[in-house]
Amino acid sequence: MSTEYEAVIGLEIHVQLSTRTKMFCGCELSFGDDPNVHTCPVCLAHPGVLPVPNETAVRYALQIGAALDCELAPESTFDRKNYFYPDNPKAYQITQAAKPFCANGNLGGVRIHHAHLEEDAAKTIHTGGGGRIKGSDASLVDFNRGGTPLVEIVTEPDLRSGAQVREWGQLLRATIKQLGVSDVNMEEGSLRCDANISVRPAGSDVLGTKTELKNMNSFRFIERGIEAEIARQKEVVSSGSEVVQETLHFDPSTGELHSLRSKEEAHDYRYLPEPDLVPIVPTQAMLDEARESLPELPAARAERYEALGVQEGAALLLSFETDWAGFFEGVLAADDSIEPRVAANWVTGEFAAELRKQDDQPLADARVTPEALATLVGLVGSKKISHGAGKTVLEEMVASGADPEAVVADKGLEQISDSGELEKIVIQAIEDNPKPAEQVRSGNEKAIGALVGAVMKATQGRADGGEVNRLLRQHLGL
Amino acid sequence: MIEREQVLHVARLSRLRLGDEELDTLAGELSSILDHVDKLAEVDIEGVEPTSHVVPLENVLRPDEPRPSLERDVALSQAPDPEDGAFRVPSPQAEA
Repeated sequence: MSTEYEAVIGLEIHVQLSTRTKMFCGCELSFGDDPNVHTCPVCLAHPGVLPVPNETAVRYALQIGAALDCELAPESTFDRKNYFYPDNPKAYQITQAAKPFCANGNLGGVRIHHAHLEEDAAKTIHTGGGGRIKGSDASLVDFNRGGTPLVEIVTEPDLRSGAQVREWGQLLRATIKQLGVSDVNMEEGSLRCDANISVRPAGSDVLGTKTELKNMNSFRFIERGIEAEIARQKEVVSSGSEVVQETLHFDPSTGELHSLRSKEEAHDYRYLPEPDLVPIVPTQAMLDEARESLPELPAARAERYEALGVQEGAALLLSFETDWAGFFEGVLAADDSIEPRVAANWVTGEFAAELRKQDDQPLADARVTPEALATLVGLVGSKKISHGAGKTVLEEMVASGADPEAVVADKGLEQISDSGELEKIVIQAIEDNPKPAEQVRSGNEKAIGALVGAVMKATQGRADGGEVNRLLRQHLGL
Repeated sequence: MIEREQVLHVARLSRLRLGDEELDTLAGELSSILDHVDKLAEVDIEGVEPTSHVVPLENVLRPDEPRPSLERDVALSQAPDPEDGAFRVPSPQAEA
């Protein structure tokens, strides 16, 4: 009998804070500038300099802790993590080991071990040799990023699959984005995720030997990388071998896993208290601010939307994207007679699809205002135009920013409300399409679709679908 | 007592290349330093909070306001081997 295995996954997520300046000096943060234009004696580790923590970074760290339902430490201290590598000129990173700002939290059922504040390393570009890191003969170091404030969030090993990691990661990203403390852009590296992965016989409570999957720049890749690594480990243990502790890199283009710097893996960071920094004792005002400044977070917002009657899928979509939620609420604010469920379906359905279709426009650049969309939804809701005509109008609105009522008037899209007129068109459609008409009469109700299509074509989508159906059935003797 | 192996390990972490003689000398010196510091272990610290700092200060923070950075030429002026506006260093892997 073969053993069933389960995967156990814990995450370490690094979030670059969007402060104006670095963690311990006044150099400005930047992305994409020329190398080494944001450095000073502190972040270059010249002798005799002293770090001074950035007050806003401390505030952001506490806010993240509050959003992750963490206990906020009454006193927090910094430590030195020693390692020799050119991305850190001090030969140590200032981080928090003994007393981090935040501990024992929970987000979406995944426990947070702790979250702490630290500084980012410089960027090193390896030249010569072939491929990633290995075989390079020299490195170019750019200290612009060195010293950027980071919050590292460490979860308990509560995740069980790549798909779960992707979903949870998206919730975490949306939550932090909502706080406004980071850009959380994975491609630019302002959100980075490492996964610790092990497998064990299902139901066991012992942890297997773990490997670490490093630095993947999208949650899709993380999902695939984790699934590949779980499959590999299951095969190793099933064949009676043992998993070797190592750091891996997943190559999304080939789907392969490579071992990284195995020689560097002798983790021996010799942590010691940072003598250059005094403790931070968050004042009651700082703690209150962190807790009270929390905006409505995605999980709570999704619940609120569902309580308004919005379907679950649309509620989640809206909750994870601040700007889409803002747009949706703008539609509701513009016309309070619109049902939230209907507005949400238009925003996440037809409108989102039309933006994608027209050059993949980002919402921020859309020419359609929430008020204009509310007008359109109102026109369809009150049956002034048909749903099909509504889509035609939306296409025009997305393309040119046109006013929906003007488009309706210009194109003569107003729904045919005279049922006598519509009835004539219906009779004509039945005469013109004897075959489907006969099929419907002899019991094949699906064939009515061809007749509805003919009426819609004749009216250029200006007829109400329900009314067309009713008239067709009536004249076909159903 | 510090063993030669421990000295070698710490030297490797710091990317220091030590000769045989240096290893022996350092093992002896490090041992005597640690023995000296070990005297502190004799003090009874039952119920005493660890001291992280001797100065009674807390919350020394800085407002998040930019200050001028160094001109790049100045920043690189101490670098032995600058290239394309960056600090060029030997590959960290080469000596691992």
